[in-house]
Amino acid sequence: MQLIDQHTKAIMEGCKERARDVGLSFDDESLEYVVTNRDLVELSPKVMIPTMYDYWVHDVEVLQGRGRYELYPSNPYETVINTRPAISFYNDNNPDWLNVMIFYHVLGHIDFFQNNLYFRHTWDDDFAGQSLANKRAIARLRSEHGRWVDYVIEFARCADNLVDYHGLLAELHRPPANGLSRRLDWYLDVFLQDEKKVRISEYVDEISRYNKCVREHGAQAEDVYFSEVKRRHPEFAARFAKHGADETPRGRDVMKFLLDHSPFLNSEENRWMKQVVQIVRQTSLYFQPQIRTKIMNEGWASYWHETLFMSDDRITGHEVDFARVNAMVTSMPRVGLNPYALGMRLFQFIEEAADKGRFSQQFLALLDQDQRRSFDRETVTGRDYIFQVRENLNDQLFVANFIEQDFVDRHRLFVADKVLDEQRMVWRWYVKSRNADDYRHMVEEQLHHPPLVEVDLAKTGTDALYLSHRFENFPLVKDWVHGALLGIEYLWGGKTMLETTEVKSIKQPDAPDPGPGGVPTGAPEPEIEWQRVRYTMKDRKLSKGLIS
Amino acid sequence: MGDRRRALLARLAAAGITGARGARLRREVEQGGDHRLPEAPPRPDYTPGVDIIRRVITSPYEYADLTWLQAMSRARVGMVAQVGTLDDLMERDVRREEDGFPRKIRIGRLVKPGRGGQNKVVVVPTTVEEKLMHDRNFAQPGEGGGGQGGSGDGEEGEVIGEQPVRPEQGEGEGAGPGQGEGGPHEMESNAYDLGRILTEQFSLPNLKDKGKKRSLTRFTYDLTDRHRGFGQLLDKKATLRQIVETNIALDRLVPGEPIDPTGFLVAPRDKIYRILSKEKDFESQAVVFFLRDYSGSMSGKPTELVVSQHVMIYSWLLYQYAGQVESRFVLHDTEAKEVEDFYTYYNSRVAGGTRVASAFKLVNELVEQENLARDYNIYVFHGTDGDDWDTEGKECIPEIEKMLHYAARVGITVARGPYGSKGDTEVEKYLRKSDLLEKKSLIRLDVLPEGSDETRIIEGIRALIGE
Repeated sequence: MQLIDQHTKAIMEGCKERARDVGLSFDDESLEYVVTNRDLVELSPKVMIPTMYDYWVHDVEVLQGRGRYELYPSNPYETVINTRPAISFYNDNNPDWLNVMIFYHVLGHIDFFQNNLYFRHTWDDDFAGQSLANKRAIARLRSEHGRWVDYVIEFARCADNLVDYHGLLAELHRPPANGLSRRLDWYLDVFLQDEKKVRISEYVDEISRYNKCVREHGAQAEDVYFSEVKRRHPEFAARFAKHGADETPRGRDVMKFLLDHSPFLNSEENRWMKQVVQIVRQTSLYFQPQIRTKIMNEGWASYWHETLFMSDDRITGHEVDFARVNAMVTSMPRVGLNPYALGMRLFQFIEEAADKGRFSQQFLALLDQDQRRSFDRETVTGRDYIFQVRENLNDQLFVANFIEQDFVDRHRLFVADKVLDEQRMVWRWYVKSRNADDYRHMVEEQLHHPPLVEVDLAKTGTDALYLSHRFENFPLVKDWVHGALLGIEYLWGGKTMLETTEVKSIKQPDAPDPGPGGVPTGAPEPEIEWQRVRYTMKDRKLSKGLIS
Repeated sequence: MGDRRRALLARLAAAGITGARGARLRREVEQGGDHRLPEAPPRPDYTPGVDIIRRVITSPYEYADLTWLQAMSRARVGMVAQVGTLDDLMERDVRREEDGFPRKIRIGRLVKPGRGGQNKVVVVPTTVEEKLMHDRNFAQPGEGGGGQGGSGDGEEGEVIGEQPVRPEQGEGEGAGPGQGEGGPHEMESNAYDLGRILTEQFSLPNLKDKGKKRSLTRFTYDLTDRHRGFGQLLDKKATLRQIVETNIALDRLVPGEPIDPTGFLVAPRDKIYRILSKEKDFESQAVVFFLRDYSGSMSGKPTELVVSQHVMIYSWLLYQYAGQVESRFVLHDTEAKEVEDFYTYYNSRVAGGTRVASAFKLVNELVEQENLARDYNIYVFHGTDGDDWDTEGKECIPEIEKMLHYAARVGITVARGPYGSKGDTEVEKYLRKSDLLEKKSLIRLDVLPEGSDETRIIEGIRALIGE
């Protein structure tokens, strides 16, 4: 792996200037490396992070494609990684004009990484540096604890999709606190109101007494205030120490819960394991936003490489070459879902709609096709609007908000489906629907959506960990429950239960009558009966029971 | 064929087999069928004028910059590197068991027989990181979720293209276990490697010299002998050691004090060289007979079990004899015949009745005619579902006894199938009754229950070839 040469770097710097002029924003520094096939062999199992910790599953890359992506929420062949400075990888024989195009694409990604709010938690640190530290920590632990380090990594990874990424974001995006201490909050909000159940007038008196303290004593206000509290409620300090001080444990982050409350991990001789679990959790959190912004991120980068390349004065004479490559990357496939193509077209569609003022009450109220088509308020706010979109949305919201009938019609999109022709050994693909709702639903179905499994705090005690899966019309992968619970049981150090919903019975509908051309019309859905079950993992043995 | 079937039925009646078993055997004969090889899978036949869609990328997450934008191919891992890691991996897997965790690495489908001896053995190590994940395909296993994106012309309900059900050669997805969830990584390896893996990692035993075989003697020339003073190649490590020894003897190197190598004395005889020398190379060779019952009752799982076990045994022997293994294939129903290649052995269809003795008899004849016993270690492995018209083993037992005079090992696999009776099968019964299993150390019986998996098959091999 080596840095690109100075000549190519100069091209990149030129691209940065032009990209800044149109409003993209990113750090000044970036690193560009030339990679060979040999580098890729080493980099791709480590999800392109050169400093990722070593783990045997990485060593033999056995899983590929979709399954792999579901497990590791990041792409093994990404060009740019979200580090500080951002690192990007290049084939060593790209011609200059192609590099210009790729650089713009890369700058689009870097801008997205550094401005989309779903990446907020990755902004303050350099992940390459962090993971180097992690890699060293794991190597050191390995020299002390041998293969048990790998077991802990393995078991931690069993739960590394249960990290409450959205909870972390919520915390980061919460408006700044009011500057009052926890003690004061707890005294006024919980102690007085819930425990003492004081009358409103007394409560108001207490607040005005506090305000008076602030006026008279300034910085010492709180101490003065609480000296009076201590006189009136001598039990307060003890109550606060017991109930108010510790944060209420949150169940959504199973890994955090294990770290904080697992008797096994918190025992003296196993404390080193917490470091490993922490590393796995941190790594997982880092990758979470990428899989949730695939369509937007690729669409945004494609939008900009197209826009900026065409206006770049340095590439005259290569328009045709560019058109060929660009068409390959961003054309809509006849069947399939290309995130570059879909994302780019959505951004262009949104920009145009905002330019014409279509995100408005007047436009939405229009029912007449013709009027809709010619509607134009000339607001010309499209650029700003798509910058807003890139800052605030993720794939789920992007798709849900902007795939509408006008968009589907414009690009002649449809939902395709296939039927098997057994005699001729072919799948026959047919147009299933051109309705925007169906199309949107189809895209949403393909987006990454991990299950919501949380710790049921009421049912979890010192003896048993109780996990509960919130059912969203998909059961869990049955074959994996054993392995996953085995890992979680190990880290918890005792009985572990999982409540989930499974298929009780499926009634497949009779094969639908093939319509003209052997294509089914209006295929009925199978009837499914569900049941709630409870898995119990104890002493590495799994059992299952029904919940009535 | 009709005549033959009638003759069989007559013989069946003459043997006096009646009752439920008689009915079952009669059904087997009456089913008819023959032993033709299956035809090649039909080429898809496309409707003229309709687009042919070769490949559909089913997930947006399969797109990535390096492959898509920069046209870089997927990283290909060299085979040597893979074999190395596979070894480590298997070793790790064995350790897991000792530590009380279930094994995590599975060996996938193992053979793709091709015509004309071009058998491809494919070792597919797979492991899955198990997590709590949504199962998107729970309703229709094996099929992708409902619907894909599309763009372009076409009315609702119109067929826009056709895609072959099986991807054509060299196009993405390889066959293997765990289909559906993205193809696992395939590592092509030859049968020798598989044998090595089986031997080393699944702790299959190494063969012991039985002393009843001839060795072929060859000579090789190699730089193996050491010589002091002169030779072809200086052995630096040995030389250095010799110099240190000499200098210790001369008190020029005192333990615990700083060493000054410049002060070392080097005698000409301290220099140690490798020298070209003639080596006797002992090799033994083996011939292995694979016998398979391809009667009607073997259809489905029993055949699959027997054949995959035989592939692994073949690989193991190939490793044990460093490639010097000749394999012969015998198929039998009521009569036995030898077939020329593994493809035919693997793929011939099941039909007809069962007479186990016929196969053993044929092997005995072949060994005698070709005088194989003199030059070879002979292994015989037989796979059956345990049914035999020869209820008492009156014909079979003498043939096996005869075989045990020359064979290094006779291994009989009974793969219980859906058609077989409950409890012991005929073959099991008469083998146990005959005392052969107790008296002779060279014959082994392994009974595979229905639905055995890879691990059980390997376990079975250990039973068949172990001491």
